[in-house]
Amino acid sequence: MSDLQSPQLTKKDFESDQAVRWCPGCGDYAVLAQAQKNMPTFGRKREEFVFVSGIGCSSRFPYYMNTYGFHSIHGRALAIATGVKIANPDLSVWVVTGDGDSLSIGGNHFIHALRRNMDINILLFNNRIYGLTKGQYSPTSEIGKVTKASPFGSIDNPLNPPSLALGAQATFVARTIDRWQKHMAEMLARSYEHDGGSFIEIYQNCNIFNDGAYEEYTGAEKLDNVIELKHGKPMLFANNTKGIKLEGSTVMVLDIEKHGVDDILVHDETNLDLAHIIANWTSRPELPEPIGVIYSIDKVTYNQGMIDQINRAKEIKGSVSVQDLLNTGDTWVVE
Amino acid sequence: MGKTFKTIDEAIIRFAGDSGDGMQLTGGRFTETTAILGNDLNTLPDFPAEIRAPAGSLAGVSAFQIKFSSRNTHTPGEQPDVLVAMNPAALKVHQKELIPGGTMIINTDAFTKKNLSFAGYESNPMEDGSLDDYFTLIPVEMNKMVTAACEGLDLSPKLVGRTKNFFALGILFYMYDRPLDTTEGWLKKKFAGKDDIIEANTRALNAGYNFGDTTELFMSRFKVEKASLPPGTYRNINGNFATSLGLLAAAEKSGLSLFYGGYPITPASDILHTLASWKHLGVQTFQAEDEIAGVSSVIGAAFTGNLAVTATSGPGIALKGEALGLAVITELPLVVVNVQRGGPSTGLPTKTEQSDLNQALYGRNGEAPMPVIAAATPGDCFFAAFEACRIALKYMTPVMFLSDGYLANGSEPWKIPDVDELEPIEVSFSDRPNANGDYLPYLRNEETLARHWAIPGTPGLEHRVGGIEKAENTGHVSYDPENHHKMVKLRQEKVDRIQNDIPETEVFGENHGDLLILSWGGTYGACRSAVETMQEEGLGVSHVHLRWISPLPKDLGEILIHFKNVLVPEINLGQLLRLIRAEYLVDAQGLNLVRGRPIGAGTIIETVKKILG
Repeated sequence: MSDLQSPQLTKKDFESDQAVRWCPGCGDYAVLAQAQKNMPTFGRKREEFVFVSGIGCSSRFPYYMNTYGFHSIHGRALAIATGVKIANPDLSVWVVTGDGDSLSIGGNHFIHALRRNMDINILLFNNRIYGLTKGQYSPTSEIGKVTKASPFGSIDNPLNPPSLALGAQATFVARTIDRWQKHMAEMLARSYEHDGGSFIEIYQNCNIFNDGAYEEYTGAEKLDNVIELKHGKPMLFANNTKGIKLEGSTVMVLDIEKHGVDDILVHDETNLDLAHIIANWTSRPELPEPIGVIYSIDKVTYNQGMIDQINRAKEIKGSVSVQDLLNTGDTWVVE
Repeated sequence: MGKTFKTIDEAIIRFAGDSGDGMQLTGGRFTETTAILGNDLNTLPDFPAEIRAPAGSLAGVSAFQIKFSSRNTHTPGEQPDVLVAMNPAALKVHQKELIPGGTMIINTDAFTKKNLSFAGYESNPMEDGSLDDYFTLIPVEMNKMVTAACEGLDLSPKLVGRTKNFFALGILFYMYDRPLDTTEGWLKKKFAGKDDIIEANTRALNAGYNFGDTTELFMSRFKVEKASLPPGTYRNINGNFATSLGLLAAAEKSGLSLFYGGYPITPASDILHTLASWKHLGVQTFQAEDEIAGVSSVIGAAFTGNLAVTATSGPGIALKGEALGLAVITELPLVVVNVQRGGPSTGLPTKTEQSDLNQALYGRNGEAPMPVIAAATPGDCFFAAFEACRIALKYMTPVMFLSDGYLANGSEPWKIPDVDELEPIEVSFSDRPNANGDYLPYLRNEETLARHWAIPGTPGLEHRVGGIEKAENTGHVSYDPENHHKMVKLRQEKVDRIQNDIPETEVFGENHGDLLILSWGGTYGACRSAVETMQEEGLGVSHVHLRWISPLPKDLGEILIHFKNVLVPEINLGQLLRLIRAEYLVDAQGLNLVRGRPIGAGTIIETVKKILG
């Protein structure tokens, strides 16, 4: 709810008085800075923001935001946020979670919150490692990952979070990178604007237990293997020297100089089939890593559904008091 | 015609049949009519966990017992006077519990060779004389009777066969002189639009009644006069419905929205079903993906200022344990209903037990005290649920409300309370800074130690809560040893102070004597009934029934020491017993039967007499 009368909020208004306790160099700082910087620009009162988290390094996030916040238990942030959002649909609810928190112990809540299109913004800090428990492989760690818990290499297949989200009927799926500050700001704004469950996967480095995670995409210059998705724009990458062509269901990379842009696929974030295809590129080293909004559609939210249902029930059944309910069924009087 | 009436004080009847025979429904209809007639009553539905075990099998037998009386009654009784057995398996399972000389009404059409051998009978007990000496047998060809009654209706033989429970009901209505109109009205409503089904069941009901009238197999009918109940408007109610109403009434009296988050589980699911049907009263129900999400959503809703409730049974509480610890440390008001069933693990899902008391008291990591309240009767679930909400909100704490399978599904006539007369529940959300311009979320009410409650959306009071230990007052993360010790003690002290809200303990009988029966939860009826009987016999036996088990009432220790013996009957291996012995150093004894069924008053009387010599 924007309030034009109130003074413009600044980053400072969103900083709590608690000392930030992440490791120096952690990717979490970048996300926190963007959240604090961008929330004030959304035109909503500070007291209407609620940050909910589970357990893990990133889950300390709510303590550092000067909003309402709930640092809960491992994996349950989305379930708690669900209760917050149903209890008061006017709030802007944000869940901060990690790859272990939301995809392992909290995997069930992750798919169900998305399936319901619960109007919650999910920020998944994916560093492909358990940091707070000091370095075990996570559900997004690569096969062969050597950690204390997998000294001979992990034999688990990693999850692909956007694919999982799409499979769970998510209505907004995006990906950004901790070091892409401007891009992240844009994704946060898109997530905020989306009515319904929004999911942003944030590629994030853990310089202590998984240093160099995503190094291949986060070098000083954007490398050839990353594509920034833009709705309605041809899918070009590597400084516009390469593009994506879809032939049938086969994805191929074309050299623009040779083929021109006419055959290049145009991104349509409302196309679910396309979204599934794009999300899968992550498992295909020959294809660029997709960053940006993969999928975004409008669909009635759980919260709107609940409001509509209550209003309809009131219309059909009329005004009934608690006393009326107590007196329903067969009653008799003892004198 | 021509049968003589005998007036009796009370009767116990049991309907037993296959899961598909509609015994619960039949029992429910008999109960409704009997309640409206003004008898006091208690019921005991007893059904298998399987939805449809193989037809005719022992595992598939479903039964419903009702005791109705012209006096006050507290239990569904033990040995029935009349057993209705719809097939051999039902007879096999229940015949041994019928009172010697009792009446058996048996659907002989179901006594086929196949069904007999399925039930484990080597010969037909209706023919081999094994029952004749002990019981009055009333063999009835129910299938043939309903087929004749439904002649001319355009219904399949299968559908016609399904009306035989109403035929049996008709016989019982005749025997006990009950009118048919309530049931006929109910049929019209239940099957509105299906005129053939209404007609078939109505005909079966009347045919059963007329059969009673014309048969010469029994010669007398029975009258059970009205019970003298306190004046008021009554309805029949079961525990789960009463619980739902109690929660709703608490929302009304507190002015908060009711949020229910939960996962289906026997025998608690009816609370979800009932609340879900009250959307027009603004009740928000959320069927979560699992038990943990159920309680977590409730914690979120409590943080946001709703009256937040979840209900489950023991296995669900086990799953919710970690989240309940979070509710304890964040000091948020919510109510957790545990409709206890047989355990451990899946245990006996449809049977009753009191074996989750330890779990309620201790089933969380760390020092995580939670108030525990238990309902005594089906109707009392309303008041216990209401009280659980009131205390949760007043003290800012999660509260565990223990019901059980017997209370949940059992029913009794219930004097409908006047909502206006229920105590208001005061809730005040913080709306301004509480400490020199700052807001300290863990600042406390001096009397109750309840922390302040500011909900999201309130300007200027933004704050964070969480599962890491809180610094006193500020609620900031704190690892300080002294602070932790202090907070652990504060959370316990807060629960202890609920004692100030517990009224003086009522001793039923003398406040000193040879023996005190101390009970909690659903064993109330059996204990009260046993004590009434023993007091009439002149024994020095009194009864105390606990509503709050955590905290225990202030005056309990003083009461206990005035009795030579203390007996604690429980459907567990002595969970309250051990608590009482530990708290008060009294040599209390237990009566512990864990059969998935209520303890009988007779068993309690026997035990007391053995103790008193």
